[in-house]
Amino acid sequence: MIQLVNIEKQFAGQPVVHPLSLTIEEGEFLTLLGPSGCGKTTILRMIAGFEQPTVGEIFLDGKNVTELPPNKRDLNLVFQHYALFPHMTVEQNIQFGLKMKKIPAAEQKERIAEAIRLTQLTPLAKRYPHQLSGGQQQRVAIARAIANKPRVLLLDEPLGALDLQLRKNLQAELKQLQRSLGITFVYVTHDQEEAMMMSDRIVIMNTGKIEQIGTPKEIYNRPQTLFAATFIGENNVFNEEDGRMFAVRPEKLIPVSDNSRGSKRTGVIQDIVYLGNVHKLVVHLDHEQTSVSICLDFTDEDTWQIGQQIGIDWSDASEVNIGP
Amino acid sequence: MRKSKWLVSPVVLWLSIFLILPMAIVVVISFLQRDEFGNLIYQFTLDNYARFFDSLYMGVYWDTLVLSISTTVLCLLISYPLAYYIANAGATRQKIWLLLITVPFWINFLIRTYAWVLLLRSQGVVNSVLMNIGIIDEPLKMLYTKGAVLLGMVYTFIPFMVLPIYVALEQMDKKLLEAASDLGATRWNAFRLITLPQTKSGIMTGSVLVFVSTAGMYVVTDILGGAKSAMLSNIIQTQFLGARDWPFGSALSVIFAITSLVMIFLFNMALRSRHERAKEGRA
Repeated sequence: MIQLVNIEKQFAGQPVVHPLSLTIEEGEFLTLLGPSGCGKTTILRMIAGFEQPTVGEIFLDGKNVTELPPNKRDLNLVFQHYALFPHMTVEQNIQFGLKMKKIPAAEQKERIAEAIRLTQLTPLAKRYPHQLSGGQQQRVAIARAIANKPRVLLLDEPLGALDLQLRKNLQAELKQLQRSLGITFVYVTHDQEEAMMMSDRIVIMNTGKIEQIGTPKEIYNRPQTLFAATFIGENNVFNEEDGRMFAVRPEKLIPVSDNSRGSKRTGVIQDIVYLGNVHKLVVHLDHEQTSVSICLDFTDEDTWQIGQQIGIDWSDASEVNIGP
Repeated sequence: MRKSKWLVSPVVLWLSIFLILPMAIVVVISFLQRDEFGNLIYQFTLDNYARFFDSLYMGVYWDTLVLSISTTVLCLLISYPLAYYIANAGATRQKIWLLLITVPFWINFLIRTYAWVLLLRSQGVVNSVLMNIGIIDEPLKMLYTKGAVLLGMVYTFIPFMVLPIYVALEQMDKKLLEAASDLGATRWNAFRLITLPQTKSGIMTGSVLVFVSTAGMYVVTDILGGAKSAMLSNIIQTQFLGARDWPFGSALSVIFAITSLVMIFLFNMALRSRHERAKEGRA
């Protein structure tokens, strides 16, 4: 559907995106995930046509669109702060793209109604953006984009400005919307939980490079780099004497109160954190200058105490090699 | 409760002393008579207003309207592209341009206007150059024409138009243009449907400033227009300072103020109806 071939982007000689290639499949929900400044938004803007890659080519449906301006590309972007037209009502905002494409009036009406229905904006159609809440404005931005029936919808941190509860609701809604529309979503976020929850595939980016591409499950269970291992979910990183580095998830670590059997590591409990359905031990290791987290579920009935000396074990299968 | 609020409000006080009171005095005087030495006689009359409908004054009134509207339109046509260019230039370039636009204010206004006399008169710079390169044989009559007045007005008031439009353009969210482009708009459509409506307030402010200033300006008319191109403001000036006919001068001032208000109202309506039409265009 979309192919980025050896694209590279520099701003004033500074590389922002290092040479990379990426193929986005038809109908998938692909997320570009990374901390701010990792180049994810720049990639999105290059796909949309607002930035030109310094080197490389972009194909949309097999057609080279590298040189095409945004208004000639069959995809739409949902902006981070929505960029709704303040002097137009919700309806007029949605109609804008249809008018520009000279869609017949009758079809315009149908498409506006459809977009408004899908985004549950019906009672707000005649309002102006400043009369809407953040979440409602967000919906208008999406309605405005999908009314054009784009092949691909690009979303630039669309939920970034909203509070947590609203964000959770809209995440589910967006995912639902993507399924019912069946179009490709390319989603940019720095929120790893959001990425895990919504995506078919995640592209983890850091300092302008792709760290790993995979399904949420692959990325969680088999991170390939130190960055991927620690950026997604909580993780414990261990260094072996031969320089091997591996990660073990907190829920895969087993605390041993009777330390006589010779466990893989030993340490002292620093803190015990109750999180409702699970609780967590923070253990300072004896021979490494680091602490690890151990996650225990409700079946754990041992009594742990701060300051207690314990052993830490895990099965070899839980180790995930990262780095050399 | 309500009364104390009124008394406390400094805005109301300020407006009363500096706006409402002087206006009231002018309105009152416009209905009074005067004796042959120019002293006010406190007797009600409508003669001052009746005199205005004399064809001489009506002609001047008409000329003033035409000049003020032309100046406003010309300023707008020149200033919008200029402001647009400045707002879209790099940060350093923006500063330089804004400086260049405000620099003339540092020079005395009279001197700037007299400089135009040097340029425009028969033996002036423009005529000498044109004659020397042989484009014309006779010097062109430029000074003391309506054209010279218009030129002087436009020159004087361009910054009044550029700055508000520049501010409006500067404040506009540039992402709106990206959104328009993303939705398939050409650059022209993005300008017409997004930029122009979004900078309406700047156009409005600039136009009102230029219109009212032009209509009230008599120095430019005096210097560049000569005696024949008198505007309403020149007549008002003459009534107060020369003829010592305060009642008639006041009546003209009231007419002038009402005209300005009507023009501002009409301009506002014109812009708004455009906006409303855009709204209705959705069906």
